[in-house]
Amino acid sequence: MTLITGSADQTAKLWNVETGAQLFTFNFDSPARSVDFAVGDKLAVITTDPFMELNSAIHVKRIAGDPADQSGESVLILKGPQGRINRAVWGPLNRTIISAGEDAIVRIWDTETGKLLKESDKETGHKKTITSLAKAADGSHFLTGSLDKSAKLWDARTLELIKTYVTERPVNAVTMSPLLDHVVLGGGQDASAVTTTDHRAGKFEAKFFDKILQEEIGGVKGHFGPINALAFNPDGKRYGFLLLQINVS
Amino acid sequence: MGDVLIMNEIDATANRLGIDLLQVDLDSIQLPPGEDLGIISDDEDVYEDDDQEVESGFGNIIVVDNLPVVPKEKFEKLEGVIKEDGLWMPVDPETQKSLGYCFIEYNTPQEAELAKEKTNGYKLDRAHIFAVNMFDDFDKFMKVPDEWAPPEHKPYTPGENLQKWLTDEKARDQFVIRSGTDTEVLWNDARHLKPEPVYKRSYWTESFVQWSPLGTYLATVHRQGAAVWGGANTFNRLMRYAHPQVKLIDFSPGEKYLVTYSSHEPSNPRDANRVVINIFDVRTGKVMRDFKGSADEFAVGGTGGVAGVSWPVFRWGGGKDKYFAKLGKNMISVYETESFTLIDKKSLKVENVMDFSWSPTDPIISLFVPELGGGNQPARVSLVQIPSKEELRQKNLFSVSDCKMYWQSSGDYLAVKVDRYTKTKKSTYTGFELFRIKERDIPIEVLELDNKNDKIIAFAWEPKGHRFAVIHGDSPRPDISFYSMRTAQHAGRVSKLTTLKGKQANALFWSPSGRFIVLAGLKGFNGQLEFYNVDELETMATAEHFMATDVEWDPTGRYVATAVTSVHEMENGFNIWSFNGKLLYRTLKDHFFQFLWRPRPPSFLTPEKEEEIAKNLKKYSKKYEAEDQDVSMQLSEQEREKRRSLKNEWEKKISEWKRLHEEEKMERQMLRDGEASDEEEEYEAKEVEVEEVLDVTEEVEE
Repeated sequence: MTLITGSADQTAKLWNVETGAQLFTFNFDSPARSVDFAVGDKLAVITTDPFMELNSAIHVKRIAGDPADQSGESVLILKGPQGRINRAVWGPLNRTIISAGEDAIVRIWDTETGKLLKESDKETGHKKTITSLAKAADGSHFLTGSLDKSAKLWDARTLELIKTYVTERPVNAVTMSPLLDHVVLGGGQDASAVTTTDHRAGKFEAKFFDKILQEEIGGVKGHFGPINALAFNPDGKRYGFLLLQINVS
Repeated sequence: MGDVLIMNEIDATANRLGIDLLQVDLDSIQLPPGEDLGIISDDEDVYEDDDQEVESGFGNIIVVDNLPVVPKEKFEKLEGVIKEDGLWMPVDPETQKSLGYCFIEYNTPQEAELAKEKTNGYKLDRAHIFAVNMFDDFDKFMKVPDEWAPPEHKPYTPGENLQKWLTDEKARDQFVIRSGTDTEVLWNDARHLKPEPVYKRSYWTESFVQWSPLGTYLATVHRQGAAVWGGANTFNRLMRYAHPQVKLIDFSPGEKYLVTYSSHEPSNPRDANRVVINIFDVRTGKVMRDFKGSADEFAVGGTGGVAGVSWPVFRWGGGKDKYFAKLGKNMISVYETESFTLIDKKSLKVENVMDFSWSPTDPIISLFVPELGGGNQPARVSLVQIPSKEELRQKNLFSVSDCKMYWQSSGDYLAVKVDRYTKTKKSTYTGFELFRIKERDIPIEVLELDNKNDKIIAFAWEPKGHRFAVIHGDSPRPDISFYSMRTAQHAGRVSKLTTLKGKQANALFWSPSGRFIVLAGLKGFNGQLEFYNVDELETMATAEHFMATDVEWDPTGRYVATAVTSVHEMENGFNIWSFNGKLLYRTLKDHFFQFLWRPRPPSFLTPEKEEEIAKNLKKYSKKYEAEDQDVSMQLSEQEREKRRSLKNEWEKKISEWKRLHEEEKMERQMLRDGEASDEEEEYEAKEVEVEEVLDVTEEVEE
């Protein structure tokens, strides 16, 4: 089984999960941020940050069956979004790539031609940086979380905006339960503001929403810092979280 | 949205014609004179209203008359007296002597006005007393027709019913909020658990808004002055009051007058600021009186405050907007509104007076004079009757370091908090002098806390009642004590009802109808709230509005609003609670600046009628309970309907996606090189035993 990782060291790497061995390194001219394997694992999408004069971009790489045959060439490079692209994932049947980031616009690109097919509407879409994106198990819809204190549910094929979940805090991480119709949002504060405000000032909770009714059904308190990543255990019965905690002495 | 549409049309037209709008110099476009294409200029509204003050461009010029007529040689000497640039002394061409007057131009109209006031009446010598006027005034006076023509008779147009909001069928109250650039007035619809909009406007005010004391008007403050708004169902501008750079406003309690204040930097930086105060008649907009002077004259006693003075400078009293008074050096200046002059044409002289306070209901002033000359003359508190200036009651107080006066809302009692030095003079202890105003001879009672050394953090009388609450203590969680001036057991004596120990509270908010109180912990306590029933002496609810900065009861005493203002970066917005501490709804608004309930005028019911209603409350409340039930059932039904339709929509979507997923199954399999496993995320948890050789040791037997 192969793992792909992206790093601020301006590379993305392929690893053998069982042995932990590094299989291949893709080199970029700026930090690599988001990575995703396509259905069938023969392709991967990697996003790179804007860096100095360089704009952010979405790179598609072919993944060879045998690591020895792996090439570093990009099959396709997509450009256009302003600011960081925080997430890029594959659409159903790898026909499309869905990207979202700092400019608050969700985009759907054609993998074949590299053309921009759809863009989310400025009026109804997010108003601030989209920090996170989670696909449904069958890829038919996906959830985006944003610093504008909301999360939105979209149709992956048509980019129709289906649901909006409103909360009181900037959202850093989102996930959907594979088992029940629940959506979990985590956040609290923009990471850059963490050191400048009293820890009592930001209440940090993981909030559960009813996916269909858009209403908050519960929260899990007790986090002492803003939540930056969430994931459900595949059996849908448990979830884990990652905090970004900065200690200032 | 209108603006956006127009821009879109312009863009479309430009595109069609092949013009790049960015290259066009919009400033070079000139319309034919008189042509405005029917588009109303944003400024037109301002120009229309400024008829009265025609911008002649000469507003900063004064004319100084009664100057000595001098030959040219003496010009310099004369100019030496009037030393400014922009001086023009016209000369008689025949005699080559000055004509006895000159024109002086200043940088701003304000400076010209100031110069006029300072120099008008200046005695150069016995024969020449300067007569100084504004240049524009000449024009104005010249225009006065020689014959008096009776003013036109304007037909009577009845105004709107400004009190219409009080007749709301659902008996709701309104409040105004300011967030970002918007100002909004809303109904508090507690039954529906949400506010209902009344009127909203961006840039309605340039700084803050304020209700008039009886709720009739909403005042806004702008660079050129203040304005009041009101109406039957919406807010129209009713009147404007010109006062450039106004900073603070205050209404008289009966809403008859509006006092406006501004403070200006002096031309000489070593002087104090110059203060201008205008008193307008609210309905006509006429200036009844103005006060101009140095900030020193207006900042006696009290702390400097935001604008350099303790506002309001003029305090109203005597009922029906009869009197207003100002604290001065060694005097209290009391004016009456019949003529807007000092009563008896002179101020009330009180040597060393530090503070004064009107009774809320009667024409009585309480004043405080601190200790003099190291204990030779003791401090004293006096009650003075207006307009007679007769002293009704007086008490000398010894070893006083500070004093604060609190009147009860019906004028029945006055509590004077007195800080006294201990014998060693190293610390102070606090006590209260309680005056029973309505009783014969105004008896005074002294009250000391159980622990004399406790610091007093807050004090508040029960509105319309006989009780008061005190927050006292030095520990991080102070105590709260309740006292009554009149109980069944002690009719003429103050008695303690209870002391609540160790509370997270630093502010007291009584309900305007008494009986209930919110004990709030603001600032350091981060928004702790305790809803307390003082009749039963028991807590009704404890709650929290994290980081709350303001607490305000609605005028009826049914609801409490708590708010977090933009002092804090996050969590801005307000909460509405029932009187007994149940959170009804909450609204978040970034950059939240103000929340103000709309005040109500006093009820028209007699005290007897009010008592009758309170006694028969069950009968009256039946009707409203039934209405509440209906609304609540309606809400549940609506909720259910909404949920049903949302679920149905979702089901449709899910089945659509399922269908597509099925259709694409074959293709997916191909992408996976024929692997049938569809659910990538499906995994099997297998327990695998792995044996690992950790170490190998050989033991050889010798």
